[in-house]
Amino acid sequence: MNRISIETAVGIFIIIGLLCLAYISLKLGDIQIFASNHYILKARFNNISGLKEGSEVEIAGVQVGKVSKIILDNDQAVVELLINPGVKIQEDSIASIRTQGIIGDKYIKISPGGSEEYIKPNGFLTETESTVDIEELISKYIFEKKKE
Amino acid sequence: MPILRIFERIGDITLYYINQAGRMSIFLFHVIVSIFKPPYYKIFDITKQIYIIGTLSIFVIIFTGAFTGMVLGLQGYNTLRKFSSEGLLGSAVALSLIRELGPVLTALMVTGRAGSAICAEIGIMRNTEQIDALECMAIDPHKYILAPKFIASIISMPLLVAIFDVIGIMSGYLIGVKLLGVNEGSFFSSMYKNVEFIDVYMGLIKSFCFGLLVVWICSAKGYYVHMERKGGFGAEGVSRVTTSAVVLSSVLILVFDYFITSILI
Amino acid sequence: MNSEPIIQLIDVKKRFGSQNVLKGINLSIYEGKTTVVVGASGQGKSLIIKHILGLVKPDSGKVIVYGKDINKIRKKELKEIRSNFGVLFQNAALFDSMTVFDNVALPLRERTKANEEEVKKIVDEKLDLMELEGSDDKYPAQLSGGMRKRVGLARALVLNPKIVFFDEPTTGLDVALSNEMYRVFYRTQTRLGYTAVIVSHDVPKILKLADYVALMHNGVIQDCLPPEDFQTSDNPVIREFVQKTMGYIYESEEVEG
Repeated sequence: MNRISIETAVGIFIIIGLLCLAYISLKLGDIQIFASNHYILKARFNNISGLKEGSEVEIAGVQVGKVSKIILDNDQAVVELLINPGVKIQEDSIASIRTQGIIGDKYIKISPGGSEEYIKPNGFLTETESTVDIEELISKYIFEKKKE
Repeated sequence: MPILRIFERIGDITLYYINQAGRMSIFLFHVIVSIFKPPYYKIFDITKQIYIIGTLSIFVIIFTGAFTGMVLGLQGYNTLRKFSSEGLLGSAVALSLIRELGPVLTALMVTGRAGSAICAEIGIMRNTEQIDALECMAIDPHKYILAPKFIASIISMPLLVAIFDVIGIMSGYLIGVKLLGVNEGSFFSSMYKNVEFIDVYMGLIKSFCFGLLVVWICSAKGYYVHMERKGGFGAEGVSRVTTSAVVLSSVLILVFDYFITSILI
Repeated sequence: MNSEPIIQLIDVKKRFGSQNVLKGINLSIYEGKTTVVVGASGQGKSLIIKHILGLVKPDSGKVIVYGKDINKIRKKELKEIRSNFGVLFQNAALFDSMTVFDNVALPLRERTKANEEEVKKIVDEKLDLMELEGSDDKYPAQLSGGMRKRVGLARALVLNPKIVFFDEPTTGLDVALSNEMYRVFYRTQTRLGYTAVIVSHDVPKILKLADYVALMHNGVIQDCLPPEDFQTSDNPVIREFVQKTMGYIYESEEVEG
């Protein structure tokens, strides 16, 4: 092997390797290098049990963003939503936490409102519905039955 | 007294291994220090080592990656079907590859292919006094022979792991989607959703650590071939030390895999 | 022995496991002279050279080179001292992955700031001196034993060292080749004027080149004498060695006498 062909072979190896690395880290690992036009909205919930960073945000079943951060503030959960560019959300929209199937992942469902004002980046979604706790529901049902 | 002889022997062997561990740690320290010391490298020295460690390992990596991905697709499908969650196959394949199998299997293959070669090469250089000759020319062998190998290994390993992962995911896709009929959309969406930054990060950290580990163990074993307990001279000494380097490095890869996982998880 | 020695070994001891190899070596080497260490194989003669080079640390005793104990100085100083050394190893220790030219050029490239033209000039000159023209592009594995040793010597001499060590320069060579090795040695030494330390068991031939001969026996240097005194020494060990290795010369002398 002479010098040129070794260098070429190494070059090809490094390019292929970097492409694979880029695929894994950018596409799968969600590492963001390029600044995007995503913007952030905040929402306050009483209970977000089961919601995680990375959970989906959907409007009418279409994914429009994801949960980027969860903070505890005054005994309430403040969730930051990273919304895809171009998606606008009305001021009176309702954010509720739902479950995919009966034991599936939690996600945030946004039900569009009728207002003509849109929420600005870093603004708050005021109308929220917290997690529906299935255990609580079931126990409530059982206890109420007993009382009767 | 034969019973005393046994204790003497146990003590001897223990001391030898403690001594060896210390020697190899000091060796690692010296090489790492020498990496950052001038004189700086001719790029081609490193390129040549990347060729030996990285480029020549590609085919082995593609093969093992493909078959690992295929078997993951098959096993994952049959397990997940019991819970009727075939849709999660994509994330099952991708997560096991990225977090565990990619780095570990790649490191084991590189140990077998390049690590043994490094160990034998350096062992022969030691036994034919080439390392002594360098020292007498006031050329630091750590810098001149070992540092390029260390750099090349640390560069090559993450790239090889990435290739392994991608090939594995592709072949998992082929088996799962094309052969067993898992829905293509759910394969990819479950994969994109469930693989998180921490998984990729863990895989990368592991591949860096294993890259260093393989080249460290194999070159240190070769470098100190003359200090081997059972005598490290001649061709037999080199062959014995190469075997033990491959075994030690493979075992340590699995041990460190556990510890890195437990720290990062 | 009037001037100060440049290399001094004082009571150097070394053991490997249960084997006591060096039991207190005392040896002085003088500038510009050729000192030959002789003795039967397996006595640790090469080990003496390794001690002087700082490759092996003694268990006790001192190795003093240019007035400094090389086991007590910093790495940098050791490097400086080693830059005065040239070494021809037993098996020449050429780098098998490099051509002859690159092997000889290595010290120049790594240790000096010479550019490629100067490197080529110096290397060609040394290869000519060793009568090795035309084998620049060969690899060590393609050379014969004698050629390999000459390449090793060219590499040892390329930085014009003040002291050159020869570890068994003629082992493994046939009579013609070893005679040629001696001629090369003689030619280069008269030309470059270095101090030489030779470890050899090629007695009596080597004695013709020596200024001093030291006999190593049982882990100690029995004595270090000029060749004429060496051959007529009263020391019983030296006498036995001389009789064993040069018996022929003595018998014939006795016949003549």
